[in-house]
Amino acid sequence: MATDNETKFSIVSTIEAIDEAVVRTVEFATVAGFRDDAIFGIDMAVREAVANAVKHGNKLDSTKMVEITLIGLVNGIEIMIRDFGEGFDVDQVPDPTNPENLLKASGRGILFMHNFVDQVAWERHVGGGTIVRMIKRLL
Amino acid sequence: MAELNISERQAGDITILDMDGKVTIGEGSVALRNTIRRLLGEGKKKILLNLGTVGYIDSSGIGELVSSFTAVNKEGGSLKLLNLTQKIQDLLAITKLLTVFDVFENEGDALASYN
Repeated sequence: MATDNETKFSIVSTIEAIDEAVVRTVEFATVAGFRDDAIFGIDMAVREAVANAVKHGNKLDSTKMVEITLIGLVNGIEIMIRDFGEGFDVDQVPDPTNPENLLKASGRGILFMHNFVDQVAWERHVGGGTIVRMIKRLL
Repeated sequence: MAELNISERQAGDITILDMDGKVTIGEGSVALRNTIRRLLGEGKKKILLNLGTVGYIDSSGIGELVSSFTAVNKEGGSLKLLNLTQKIQDLLAITKLLTVFDVFENEGDALASYN
């Protein structure tokens, strides 16, 4: 479904499909007026969120989709990414910048999401799975 | 074309990997992992990663840099970074990894630091 200021699409839960979600989101953000560093930030945040949904949410299950909804706001965009996994408690994710975690190979995606968008929040979907909501504002 | 191209050259006992492309989840991260494993298998433990033309890296790619660093250290070697773009430098600052890696802007200085 698509309107002037809303687009919805799904990708399969594969590593290769992550790029498609990123490219389509960046196109949407560009039309919405984002440029340069803001586009880089959106690219990073969406790549991390979709990678989490594919790997940790749907656990690379090719029968499960990742749904992406992009909404144009008056002064920015809202990005929603839904998986169909069992969910997780974001507060239980270790801080990767703690000295004891610095040499861990994973766990930095959420840190990047917080850094590159203005708002990010996780919630359970009533129909199952997890939704990440991110808002990126124009200046 | 591959997501990440890695060219290898030697400066004495130091192996320089000139990396070009993206180090992201999937192909790019795997290419780096395989190269580091092979070098360690060949006994090459002084490794300099030239990231000058790496235009993009995600958390998976950063994780692969960390894994490479720890794998090389475990073998008694040393892995250092050369020519970070501003964006990669910013990502390493956000993750506080600039405190972990030895980072150089000049290849001569980087090579000299191994001695």
